[in-house]
Amino acid sequence: MSGVTAENLNSFSTGPDEDGNFGIYGGRFVSETLMPLILDLEEAYNTAQDDPEFQKEFNYYLKQYAGRPNPLYFAERLTEHLGGAKIYLKREDLNHTGSHKINNVLGQILLARRMGKKRIIAETGAGQHGVAVATVCALFDLPCKVYMGKTDVERQAPNVFRMKLLGAEVEAVTSGSMTLKDAMNEGLRDWVANVEETFYIIGTVAGPHPYPQMVRNFQRIIGDEVKTQLQEAEGCLPDVVTACIGGGSNAMGLFFPFVDDPSVEIIGVEAGGHGVETGEHAASITGGKPGVLHGNRTYLLQDGDGQITEAHSISAGLDYPGIGPEHSWFSDVGRAQYVNATDTEALEAFQLMTKLEGIIPALESSHALAHVMKIAPKMDKDKIIVMCLSGRGDKDINQVAERLGVEL
Amino acid sequence: MSEIKDSGRIDATFARLKAEGRGGFVSFTTAGDPDYDTSLEILKGLPAAGVDIIEIGMPFTDPVADGPTIQAAGLRALKNGQTLIKTLDMVREFRQENDKTPIVMMGYYNPIYAYGVDKFITDAKNAGIDGMIVVDLPPEEDEELCVPAKEAGLNFIRLATPTTVGHRMGPVLNDNTSGFVYYVSILGITGTGSAAEAAVEEAVSRLKSQTDLPIVVGFGIKTPENVKSVSSIADAAVVGSAIVDRIKSNLDENDAPKAGCAADVLAFVKELADGARN
Repeated sequence: MSGVTAENLNSFSTGPDEDGNFGIYGGRFVSETLMPLILDLEEAYNTAQDDPEFQKEFNYYLKQYAGRPNPLYFAERLTEHLGGAKIYLKREDLNHTGSHKINNVLGQILLARRMGKKRIIAETGAGQHGVAVATVCALFDLPCKVYMGKTDVERQAPNVFRMKLLGAEVEAVTSGSMTLKDAMNEGLRDWVANVEETFYIIGTVAGPHPYPQMVRNFQRIIGDEVKTQLQEAEGCLPDVVTACIGGGSNAMGLFFPFVDDPSVEIIGVEAGGHGVETGEHAASITGGKPGVLHGNRTYLLQDGDGQITEAHSISAGLDYPGIGPEHSWFSDVGRAQYVNATDTEALEAFQLMTKLEGIIPALESSHALAHVMKIAPKMDKDKIIVMCLSGRGDKDINQVAERLGVEL
Repeated sequence: MSEIKDSGRIDATFARLKAEGRGGFVSFTTAGDPDYDTSLEILKGLPAAGVDIIEIGMPFTDPVADGPTIQAAGLRALKNGQTLIKTLDMVREFRQENDKTPIVMMGYYNPIYAYGVDKFITDAKNAGIDGMIVVDLPPEEDEELCVPAKEAGLNFIRLATPTTVGHRMGPVLNDNTSGFVYYVSILGITGTGSAAEAAVEEAVSRLKSQTDLPIVVGFGIKTPENVKSVSSIADAAVVGSAIVDRIKSNLDENDAPKAGCAADVLAFVKELADGARN
């Protein structure tokens, strides 16, 4: 449990235990109404995971619908510009719907169908997960309701319209801070009231067991592909893998297949907002402490009384006061390192990648790039960094224009 | 204070209700709503208004099992500086005048976890708390708070719901729980729908077949008539959102209490409590 260290573990990939714990993190902190559902879900997921037919169906949609495998692209100009390690980008932005979110929602909706569920609900921050859910609900003809904080509805208007075009109902949540955590509260409230028919597609590696494990396993395709692709391109493992972290699903997807490769350095990049020292940030590990919210124990932004505090980030997708429990565990046992990048640094990275590579990255992914910009120049030229380019940035251009003082 | 005395207030209350041949009335208010002083004034007046067991909500920023009414009450309290320390202070002040009426704290785990589980149990016991209901601690997480609370002589009261059926009843009604069982009569959050009388009757008898603990029913109970009907089926009926709504109706546009707020709320509580007596 909490005494586990990097030295005395044989493997970092065996979690969670049967109660959903990664060390002291994770668990099933939900109301009794939901408990039987969580247990049913766990059983259904375990059965599906062991069923070759389910895996076959999942792989079919990943390939034919989402467009996998996507490239592991050598960013030559970025590498040259930074003057150090070789930088490879895992192009999750090229997936259908424009981000890594589609991987997980395809897995969950196939599971929902197997369980005979008739209605889908989801929460969303930036809208990438909401769009992905609305997309698969259109594909499989299931009614869909997406909860989104009112603040995010306003700053992510194009995604709201996309979801509506896809046939989803978008509910603007006006409780609390009106962002992702409140959308998740509202999702859970809906679920408690509609337990029989409804499947809740959680968008990240957080929530009650089995969600962190299930979402990780649906997302690990990112890291699995990277391993194969880099072997083909360079014949070796990467020296560093890095990704941005809100709840941490793209990061976990990239990291997980590498956790038992000790030579691979793993770095998660949280949103530093205005700077962790200002208190206005979304860096749960750097600036938070362990607590219980949304069904799991993990690092949370909170005050001394255990009240959850508001997260801040330029990126709606990272604007969450918690993080997946397995990341909390990786941090405590030292298997991964968690750093942060500020709004300003992310904006610079956003522009740099756009200009040098002709790729407009999501503001979320720009946080990872901001860290790459810090470490790559200090590394030898034969070293390799793989960064998850988790999503495309088209959705962010209005906000970036505003921040840069440009009128559209 | 002895353990027997602390955990005994709830048992003694149900024994008294049995002797009186009626079901009990349980009130819920949020500690610190709308502010510390008004909330304490209401708290102190509850026994005289006919409340048999007091439930007091510990405010939390993210109360996922609560509807808009109780969410708003928690935010009002937090805005006015309510903390878990102050909630325990409030109970301590109440206990200076009343040593009989059981008090059950209801809320979410994170503020308790941040306070420190062992310290919370000690301080809650010393303040005169009799039991606790923690919404996001199902039996699967008993080791967190339920077992240490039981060992300290505090009742850990479990929620049973319409989904608590079949083999799910075993863990929910296991030996770690005591005091009473709180039956959440609807699928959903506080302050929304109401259950049909027949459904409540069926659920109470289902639970009674598996436990000797008293069954207290809450969610969707709003009027003296509701209290009358539910308290005749179950061992007690809980009203929460309707009382909190009454508090809200006594606030001005800045959420400050108008003159006579506590008195009006207590008059409403008395009407509800009378429902369990007629």
